[in-house]
Amino acid sequence: MANKYVKNAVGRMIPEKINGKPVIPYQGVHKYKTTRRRYAPLLPSCADYPEDGNKLVKDLKTVLKKAGLKDGMTISTHHHFRNGDLVANQIFIAASELGVKDLTWFPSASFHCHEPMIDYLKDGTIHHIEGSMNGPLGRFASLGKMKGAGVLRSHGGRYQAVQDGDVVIDIAVIASPTADSFGNANGLTGDSACGLLGFALADSQYAHKVIVVTDNLVPFPCVPWQIQGNYVDYVVEMDQIGIPERIISGTTRITKSPDRLFIAELTAKFCDEVGILEDGFSFQAGAGGTSLAIGNYFGEIMRKKGIKARFARGGSNQYLVEMLEEGLIDYILDGQTFDLAGVRSMRENPNHVNTSPFTSYNYHGKGNFAGIVDVVILGATEVDVNYNANVVTHSDGYLLHGIGGWQNCLFSKNVILPIPLFRDRIPIIRDEVTTICGPGELIDVIVTERGIAINPRRKDLLDAVKNSKLPIRTIKDLKEEAERICGKPEPVEYGERVIAAINWVDGTVIDVVRQVIE
Amino acid sequence: MSKKGTAGNQGPGIRSDCFAALEIKPSGGIEIILNSKVDALFKNSIQDLAHQILDFFQIKDAKLEIIDRGALPFVLAARIEAAVKVCLDPQEEFLLEMIPENKYQTRIDRTRRSRLYLPGNSPKLMLNAGIHQPDGVILDLEDSVAPDKKEQARFLVRNALRQVNFYGAERMVRINQLPQGLDDLTYLVPHHVNLILLPKCESADQVQAVDKKISEILSDSGFDYPVYIMPIIESALGVIRAFEIASASENLAALAIGLEDYTADLGAPRTKEGRETFFARTQVVNAARAAGIQAIDSVFSDVADMNALREVVLESKSLGFDGMGCIHPRQIKVIHESFAPTEKEIQKAEDIVRAFDEAASKGLGVVSLGSKMIDPPVVKRAQKTIDLAVKTGQLPENWREQGSDQDH
Repeated sequence: MANKYVKNAVGRMIPEKINGKPVIPYQGVHKYKTTRRRYAPLLPSCADYPEDGNKLVKDLKTVLKKAGLKDGMTISTHHHFRNGDLVANQIFIAASELGVKDLTWFPSASFHCHEPMIDYLKDGTIHHIEGSMNGPLGRFASLGKMKGAGVLRSHGGRYQAVQDGDVVIDIAVIASPTADSFGNANGLTGDSACGLLGFALADSQYAHKVIVVTDNLVPFPCVPWQIQGNYVDYVVEMDQIGIPERIISGTTRITKSPDRLFIAELTAKFCDEVGILEDGFSFQAGAGGTSLAIGNYFGEIMRKKGIKARFARGGSNQYLVEMLEEGLIDYILDGQTFDLAGVRSMRENPNHVNTSPFTSYNYHGKGNFAGIVDVVILGATEVDVNYNANVVTHSDGYLLHGIGGWQNCLFSKNVILPIPLFRDRIPIIRDEVTTICGPGELIDVIVTERGIAINPRRKDLLDAVKNSKLPIRTIKDLKEEAERICGKPEPVEYGERVIAAINWVDGTVIDVVRQVIE
Repeated sequence: MSKKGTAGNQGPGIRSDCFAALEIKPSGGIEIILNSKVDALFKNSIQDLAHQILDFFQIKDAKLEIIDRGALPFVLAARIEAAVKVCLDPQEEFLLEMIPENKYQTRIDRTRRSRLYLPGNSPKLMLNAGIHQPDGVILDLEDSVAPDKKEQARFLVRNALRQVNFYGAERMVRINQLPQGLDDLTYLVPHHVNLILLPKCESADQVQAVDKKISEILSDSGFDYPVYIMPIIESALGVIRAFEIASASENLAALAIGLEDYTADLGAPRTKEGRETFFARTQVVNAARAAGIQAIDSVFSDVADMNALREVVLESKSLGFDGMGCIHPRQIKVIHESFAPTEKEIQKAEDIVRAFDEAASKGLGVVSLGSKMIDPPVVKRAQKTIDLAVKTGQLPENWREQGSDQDH
């Protein structure tokens, strides 16, 4: 069946249908608005649930049967345990044993630990994945081996898709470090403590059936109930739901690489010189080594100037927690807890606030937190001369990373991408990025070790550095230097097949990823 | 009969480098087997470069296997050429473009606070060395290169001199001990190297041998830019002969000391306090000053301990050294900050230079500040302090116009 293609607002050719469903091509920032009502599952009645509130079911297989698992359904999971998740794989093992086919897996993100899913993609249990596909899964999909096409969304875009009914979750499985038999759950305590459970919020509210899985069952009430038992159908107790040392992300160490530290320091200096680092400012820095280093340099500057930040958006981690406890930051608004210091702080400190993609990122919210943040520091695999950026594919076309909150953060007042000018021999600044994940109009500054490029749209920033000694250069100039060093990359040839769609925060499709030819 | 040669590095953890294995055959044409991490983006250009090099050396029948981990062209070319060298020992060299940015010369008395060591057979560390803005970089052919890699490192260092932009850092190379080091010079001098470090120097003869060889190569290749020499004193004998060495040639820019080998030679363990090296260090400073050149201290090897480094640098400065070596880019900033003049020193220097200017404008031969007479060397030193302060951003370039009564 031939698919027709249309050009979207960033000039990419988008098929009319993906996985047989019609798609809306990206139309521009804040251009597309739905006229639909919120998607809603059927109203439940408490009369259908155990009077004593005990919703325990003996195991995963039984609960999936009770929840009505059948061919073609959509099952959701969450990445609070990152690379230490033991639950998602178990669900598809059970589904495979039950002989169910063509499921859609709707994770909030996937990790290396989910490599066994490849077996269930191969045997037809899973039809396709809607969520990030990192490492081995990305490689598998890139080579065109997945039956359907992947759909990648940002954290906010996932919430939007659920509210819009773009994705109807038949069964949500929420792995919970602590829960009671009514289904109240949180991530604050237990062997698999991971802080918050914000990525599961939409699923608990909108899925047809909601299953809480825990290895730390406590008597009612489990408080605080980050997930409310009133949304939950069943509770399952397992021996172990996560591997604690892998739940703690390996990325939350300040980089030791002198080159990355150099970029981090330059980024912090830039922010200071253009006047972003003023008393009461706010920032978001990710958990990557360079971002953490930037937070650290922010701290140094704040101490020197005697200023405080009103809030920091997390990814919380030990460094951010230290800043909160030192009084450099009034609040951490936390979307994902990356280490035990973050978990402890969230448990103990009322100024360390649990947030979800709904509060932070959701396109269908009445306002957007992201726009309140003064500066966000983000990564990218490529940026083009028009400041469009890529976070999902490498320059050789392989889909290897998820979007995370990246697209959502682009709405902040200042969006800064600290990136090396080249990695090994691969220039990062290109004429055109392999995959557009974010439009250039939202990306303000690129900081490389060989110079800083400011988006010409940001005349205010350009004015602010007029008499500065910072190495300000045009993005074209940087691109040319990268090509002088590396050589000009040869064009990559792709297969015809679309292996994944990249959705924008409003549910439209901003780009697609094509099959890699091995 | 077939000949085989290999060069480069491979294995886990290797990045920005490659491994080339060449087998010259009696017949069968050229076969290139490329296994590259950046295959999708550069396979044609890597193949082209390989063909170009084989063609240059008139190799018609060979199998060339390249395992590439994202090597830049200057690395690929060095590895392939080194493999050819093993097979054929050709007289010609395959030279990539000398980038115009690397044709700069340096001054004999330029600032030499920091010089960053870069192992001569590890391309990855060379690529971004310049962005950390050391006063100098040292491409090292000596101790950081394993004996069986010496030959291939020459090609890599030569290509780095031609192609890697070090953004204004003085481009130094540490050659091997003589006599091997004299052969190294052939690969360095015609490629705009700024300074040659002569390790384990123990006599003026050694300096003069290097000096002579440099000027021969320069005149043979038709260049007349300066190539300075910095001997490194690393033995008891070297310390005793420090002045003789320091005054051996007018192309000497500085005299350095290397303490690891020196303490080994003494048979005294190297301590944090450094009493065992105090004599040698002051001797080197004295010899250098007596010969009118700079004195450069050894390296500090604990790259994680910046506070200890700061103490060492401050001591080094107080002994009269002008700079020291670094083995990690993060050390550069600490070294620059610690060698920088203090506010008090700057203030005093400003006052002296102002007094000198004033005396000069009035046509006075004698400069005085308050009730004190100021000698010309004091003025010269003050001017040096000012220059350094301007360079480090501690003083604006137009400091004279800012008035002398500002709040210090």
